[in-house]
Amino acid sequence: MNEGILKTEKLTHVYSPGTPFEMVAVRDVDIEIRKGEVLGIIGHTGSGKSTLIQHLNALVKPSSGRVLLEGRDINESKESIKEARAKVGLVFQYPEYQLFEETVYKDIAFGPKNMKLPEDEIDRRVREAARFVGVEELLDRSPFDLSGGQKRRAAIAGVIAMMPEVLVLDEPMAGLDPQGREEIMGNILSYHEETGAAIVIVTHSMEEAARYTDRMIVLNHGSVAMEGTPEEVFSRGEELRRIGLATPVMTDVADKLRALGVEVPGTVYTVEQMVTALTALERGRRGA
Amino acid sequence: MLKDITLGQFFPGNTVVHRLDPRTKILLVIIYIAALFVAKSWISYACVLVFLIFAITISKIKLKVMLKGMKPLIFIIVLTAALNLFYGSGEPLVEFWIFKITRDGITRAIFMSARIIMLVMGTFMLTYTTSPIMLTYGLELLLGPLKKLKVPVHELAMVMSMALRLIPTLIEETDKIMSAQKARGAQFDTGNLIEKAKAMLPILVPLFISSFRRADELATAMEARCYHGGEGRTRLNVLKFAVRDYGALSVGVAVLAGVAVLAGFGL
Repeated sequence: MNEGILKTEKLTHVYSPGTPFEMVAVRDVDIEIRKGEVLGIIGHTGSGKSTLIQHLNALVKPSSGRVLLEGRDINESKESIKEARAKVGLVFQYPEYQLFEETVYKDIAFGPKNMKLPEDEIDRRVREAARFVGVEELLDRSPFDLSGGQKRRAAIAGVIAMMPEVLVLDEPMAGLDPQGREEIMGNILSYHEETGAAIVIVTHSMEEAARYTDRMIVLNHGSVAMEGTPEEVFSRGEELRRIGLATPVMTDVADKLRALGVEVPGTVYTVEQMVTALTALERGRRGA
Repeated sequence: MLKDITLGQFFPGNTVVHRLDPRTKILLVIIYIAALFVAKSWISYACVLVFLIFAITISKIKLKVMLKGMKPLIFIIVLTAALNLFYGSGEPLVEFWIFKITRDGITRAIFMSARIIMLVMGTFMLTYTTSPIMLTYGLELLLGPLKKLKVPVHELAMVMSMALRLIPTLIEETDKIMSAQKARGAQFDTGNLIEKAKAMLPILVPLFISSFRRADELATAMEARCYHGGEGRTRLNVLKFAVRDYGALSVGVAVLAGVAVLAGFGL
């Protein structure tokens, strides 16, 4: 198992404490993000996903508990906050709404510039980030002339250019068409593979979590309800449904087939696994 | 930080103040402001203050909420108080360099800041207890006669209601954009004035763009629902004055009359 890089300890966040609007968004959350993994954070709307991830780079201060980056509390000092913002990249939902510069190049350079990097390093990073998300051709264009998918990718490049060791994305595929989703996810994974950065994807889509993650954390009402590999989590379908989530369609299909007496082998939660399982079944039948 | 701004916010409730006809409340605020400007003495200020406290108490709006809303105005209040403090006439009590503080100056400073605070609190009472829809409907009805002078009353009321409605949305949006730019290492609280102004750019540009987009979408949505201005529009709930409205208005007029009479006696 890889070693942890980012960790929360008894993290709790209360909104508007001491008023009638008081609400506990996150309660006693202990999670660990490990080097080089793809982690999925799953939860229904209002389960505290967004609040939780804003703690990971000190945008929000915990009401109690700590967030540790490589063993050090990130809220310790101004320097540690700065370090956390550089090492933990956070891509918000609909990041394209935060584009503001005249050209895509300048917008991607905003993060590295704030890190006070030398000019040539900024240039190198902008080009590299643009390459990861496939917007090299668009660097001189105004970000406002781009299509929705291109804007989204340019905005993600703005965070990738900071070369974070942990890249956290809140619903990166929301509102895109299937092709756009594939592209974005491909971009993120290529950054993951080339740099070995840990990726955290926040989603409520089980399909996406099943396809892309190594490990999943399921949140319910601000607390961790389940944790484990997709296989482990999806084997607890009943519990998932109870907290307003679902198992991937392929898992449901496999369960229904089994209920009908078809012996679908192995665990199934992606289309590929289903194909493998059914092929195996078919071969077994022919062999018999 | 931005969430502290409560201007234009509505706190739903079911008190007498909430249930008053919006026209009554608007008229009361006008009467109240008039009384505030006519007031010259401790006694008349006290009368208006009692009226305000009475209204706040029965509306069950928490004083804390009121005070929170005043926060952005602290600077203006302090500045007004300071200016008045040094511009009083009469015998100086304290004197240093070019400044002199007189008894007159102190009273004026107190009156002026009290006037601003009470003015703002009074108008807060209106927006805190009246939903934006009711508020604009009330305004539209009150300004109705101006239609004869070709003033586009309905359109103005509609613009106002949308503006009020969008304030909280814009604040939320600003918060979100700020977080996103902070995540990219932006800093808003360091550097000199010019640097600080420059740092606002990454917030303002996206904010403007999304506002225009929102305006566009809203216009389309309104047209899709056949909105074509005020002509021939009818209401589901037509406003009617109730006994409590006449009661509230009489109290307001009484306070104003009282203050005016006191002012007439030079108090």
